[in-house]
Amino acid sequence: MIRVRAEKDFWAGLLYVLLAAAFLWLGRDLKMGAASRMGPGYFPLTLSWILGAFGVISIVRSFVAQGSPVGRIAWKQLGLITAAVMAFGFLIDTAGLVFALPALVIISALASQQSVYDFKSLLVLVGLTVFCILVFVKGLGVPMPILGSWFEHAAVIAPQR
Amino acid sequence: MDIFANLLLGLQTSMTPVNLLYALIGCFLGTAIGVLPGLGPAATIAMLLPATFAMPPVTALIMLAGIFYGAQYGGSTTAILVNLPGETSSVVTALDGHQMARQGKAGRALATAALASFFAGTVCTLLIALFAPPLAEVALKFGPAEYFSLMVLGLIASIVLAHGSILHALGMIVLGLLLGLIGTDVNSGLQRYTFDLPELSDGIGFVIVAMGMFGIGEIVANLQQEASRDVSINEVKGLWPTKQDFRRMVAPTLRGTALGSILGILPGGGAALASFGAYALEKKVSRNRHEFGKGAIEGVAAPESANNAGAQMSFIPMLTLGIPANPVMALMIGAMIIQGIQPGPSVMTEQPALFWGLIASMWIGNLMLLVLNLPLIGMWVKMITIPYRYLFPMIIVFCAIGVFSLNNAHFDVYLMALFGVIGYVFKKLDCEPAPLLLGFILGPMMEEFLRRALLLSKGDPLVLLTRPISAGMLALALILLALVLLPSFSVTREEAFQEE
Repeated sequence: MIRVRAEKDFWAGLLYVLLAAAFLWLGRDLKMGAASRMGPGYFPLTLSWILGAFGVISIVRSFVAQGSPVGRIAWKQLGLITAAVMAFGFLIDTAGLVFALPALVIISALASQQSVYDFKSLLVLVGLTVFCILVFVKGLGVPMPILGSWFEHAAVIAPQR
Repeated sequence: MDIFANLLLGLQTSMTPVNLLYALIGCFLGTAIGVLPGLGPAATIAMLLPATFAMPPVTALIMLAGIFYGAQYGGSTTAILVNLPGETSSVVTALDGHQMARQGKAGRALATAALASFFAGTVCTLLIALFAPPLAEVALKFGPAEYFSLMVLGLIASIVLAHGSILHALGMIVLGLLLGLIGTDVNSGLQRYTFDLPELSDGIGFVIVAMGMFGIGEIVANLQQEASRDVSINEVKGLWPTKQDFRRMVAPTLRGTALGSILGILPGGGAALASFGAYALEKKVSRNRHEFGKGAIEGVAAPESANNAGAQMSFIPMLTLGIPANPVMALMIGAMIIQGIQPGPSVMTEQPALFWGLIASMWIGNLMLLVLNLPLIGMWVKMITIPYRYLFPMIIVFCAIGVFSLNNAHFDVYLMALFGVIGYVFKKLDCEPAPLLLGFILGPMMEEFLRRALLLSKGDPLVLLTRPISAGMLALALILLALVLLPSFSVTREEAFQEE
């Protein structure tokens, strides 16, 4: 009975094979060209085959060599941190930094078991937001909307973009 | 001699009030972020890189170099005080340094690390000033075939000298090369792998990849084991080493500097291998070898000097050839490209003030670290004790703002989130992100050089082997690869890294 001994090698190898296949398929319309006149597909398609080969070797090896198991995947942390970053990306233009930043902090804080929600953390959050506005927007001149497009009509408070 | 005129020009460039100020800010910020457990130099530079975009090129590079030394230095402080090495190169410092700290000699360990690093930094500044120009001279004679082979050698060397599985490192390099090709093909103008998204037509910004994989991915991994992360430190006092300490420091520092300088030039060598090598060497030759692992001052001086020497010497391939030896240098190259400077041998002749200013600022940065850090040690201690639950949301905030400010594009923020996921997954599978980043930076360059080399040879791939320098480099790459695959060598390689 064949079985996977090195789990990490197996999954990494499978990932390489899948990615190589994706690069080959997505690049299927790119012309190879000749070696003397390399087409746009020459380099990427060659590399894809090499990547696929490494993947196959890794999978084969995972049946032969000893290795450690992958271990638990931190789905919750991974999901929350990703969601926090995505929320920032979504809110930065629309709602503005004053909303995007706290959203990022609050969602990502859910990923830690040790996060506490008290007055002190609220102060830290407010402080961080003010700090970022002062340093990045005012100080370094990063063109980030403090209040985003959702507030454009509220001309009194919205700064010009 | 020329070198003095050059160094003088460098000092003039780097000693302007503005550049001095930014060198200081860089060292300060670098240390401040570097002492935070879990943040090494690469992540620190990636995070702070956007802050330099508005600066003139010299100032930006001087500040980034300062951040690099500062972060490196801060990593040692954390290693000694709380036994949490932020990066591989300070792993061995933690062995004896933390033992010293537990015996109440934290101050002396920190001072030893600082002095040894400063000595190594001074020596290496001179070495770089001596060796960079002739090397750049040679590099100017390189044709496309030589450049292509050199990059192959660089990539292979970077994995041979690194740790972890060779196969996965190779896979990550190839994947990095492929990711680097995303965007518009310069020759045909065709869009490759862009999914018709205009945001991808210029390719993926390397800062996004670096921040996603080193920053966000790392945070998820840290959160998974956050229980073991909280730290408590004893009070630090008695900074100055005794006369006897000094006597014990001298020889290890000299040996560490020498070893670090040699290993640092090699692509991929950099700081990590240097500090491991120096520690192993001291353990063999030292008269106090029985004290190693129990708080021997030699065990701090040797790896710290080697680590700083290695880190600094890794500027040589970057400055003379435009080839990164490690992720930090890849980021420096990216910073140069953003500033409109094409890294490579021509930088020295075309931008002498920038080139020599950067070299001179290395020494100034090292000096600043020495005078800045020891008196401020109380402040760094406070920073280390910030609980991780406060820290990690802030790190994400800085990464997100940094990435957004690159192009004012929220698409980049989404991409960073994606690379965070990729970074975490690969970390779980023991695939290192560093080779991927090197491949990512080199991908477009390698394609271009290969294309030109084959065009000149009318499609004959043998051109890579018939030109002697190119053939020599490919042969060297092959030998290196064969060495790692030989069982006896891989055993030694495992041993060198087993102390992690």
